[in-house]
Amino acid sequence: MTKTAVTFRLNGAETAIFVDGGQNLLDVLRRGVGDLSPKYGCGQGGCGGCSVLVDGTLRLACITLAESVDGASVETAAGLADGPRLHPLQKAFMEGFAAQCGYCTPGMLMAARALLDANPDPAREEVVEAISGNLCRCTGYEPIIDAILAAAADLRGGAAR
Amino acid sequence: MITVETFDTLAAASSAMAGAGSGNRAGAGGSCYMGGGTLVMRAVNYGDGDFSRILRSRDPALLRIEPDGGGVFIGAGATMAAIAGHRETAFLAEAATAVGGPAIRNMATLGGNLFAPPPYGDLSTALLALDARVRTADGQETPMESFFARRRMTGPLVAGVTVPRPEPGVLRFRKVTRVRPKGVSVMAIAVRLPFRSGRLAGVRIAFGAMGPTPVRAKSAESALEGGGLEDARIARAAETLAHDLAPADDALASAWYRQAVAPVHLARLLRSAREG
Repeated sequence: MTKTAVTFRLNGAETAIFVDGGQNLLDVLRRGVGDLSPKYGCGQGGCGGCSVLVDGTLRLACITLAESVDGASVETAAGLADGPRLHPLQKAFMEGFAAQCGYCTPGMLMAARALLDANPDPAREEVVEAISGNLCRCTGYEPIIDAILAAAADLRGGAAR
Repeated sequence: MITVETFDTLAAASSAMAGAGSGNRAGAGGSCYMGGGTLVMRAVNYGDGDFSRILRSRDPALLRIEPDGGGVFIGAGATMAAIAGHRETAFLAEAATAVGGPAIRNMATLGGNLFAPPPYGDLSTALLALDARVRTADGQETPMESFFARRRMTGPLVAGVTVPRPEPGVLRFRKVTRVRPKGVSVMAIAVRLPFRSGRLAGVRIAFGAMGPTPVRAKSAESALEGGGLEDARIARAAETLAHDLAPADDALASAWYRQAVAPVHLARLLRSAREG
């Protein structure tokens, strides 16, 4: 089978790997590189479990052709923490009990990250819209929405609204 | 096994596709052009695609959104997010934003939406109501309606669409879903309601997910043409819908249900248009 060489930055680290024709980015991240933070849920872009940022833009790794990220910067939930220091989103999710089984959490974090990068002071309905492509079967979403709003306030350096 | 070929220009990709003796979506073992990948990669992942060769293009012209005569040209590679966020296509923002969640909208392209099977194709439904024209790599333009009538046939790749710019407020769009805030379409409805001296002239009513492709409800258009949006006229338009719609059963709704509620949703949309 023909392999294609692909190089990209994964959470800031240069990464080079050979991919198969038609192989998706999620498979390359999980099985090829060993970043297990993005999850396989549906394989058809319906659940958001594999949400990652490609050049700062939220995308679904399971329906992204791996070779299309050649030369790009890919960010996953594994890159959110700075050593032992959790990202404010991770901290807010933990403190707000925004994860139960945890399967959707890495995708939720990346969708939230994309939102807060573009809009540091979102309204509640903007948070709802931002995670509208991410399914959670445990929490009922409310703690996740609260956690994202709390992280936004934390990142702005002020008290919660 | 899948092979992927990437071309620098749409013309080169289109020649490669034509050389394969196939259209945008070919038969067994054939070639398939991939835009954003939201439909094609799903088929790759599930192994149920009718292709073994994926063609892509990096042509920057595919991303263009720009004024074109009295309207706008939108490149086939423009994403839903790009269309929703661009000043030139502000009149399509509601329909483009109706598609998927934010990640899907960052990936899904206009070109893919034109070929999306039901229940997808919300944006294409709005484009049909606007009398958009599909421009192919050979420079030909085809009205959306003819394009949809023979969508599965062979032909050159799609370069984009040209869309006449509607007067403000003339295009109304509604996506009917069963999940909030976002779900897949039970149906999408786009209506164009231009008034000339108090009477409707040039009404378009298009439905998505109510047939194999987005489709115009011409009997309902005729019922409204030349008049206003009085209750009796809206009721007449709504009761003609069964003539023009041919929905299918899917996991979201049965064909029977879709037929039964289409008049209700059209009437609601028309009444809300009347109320401003």
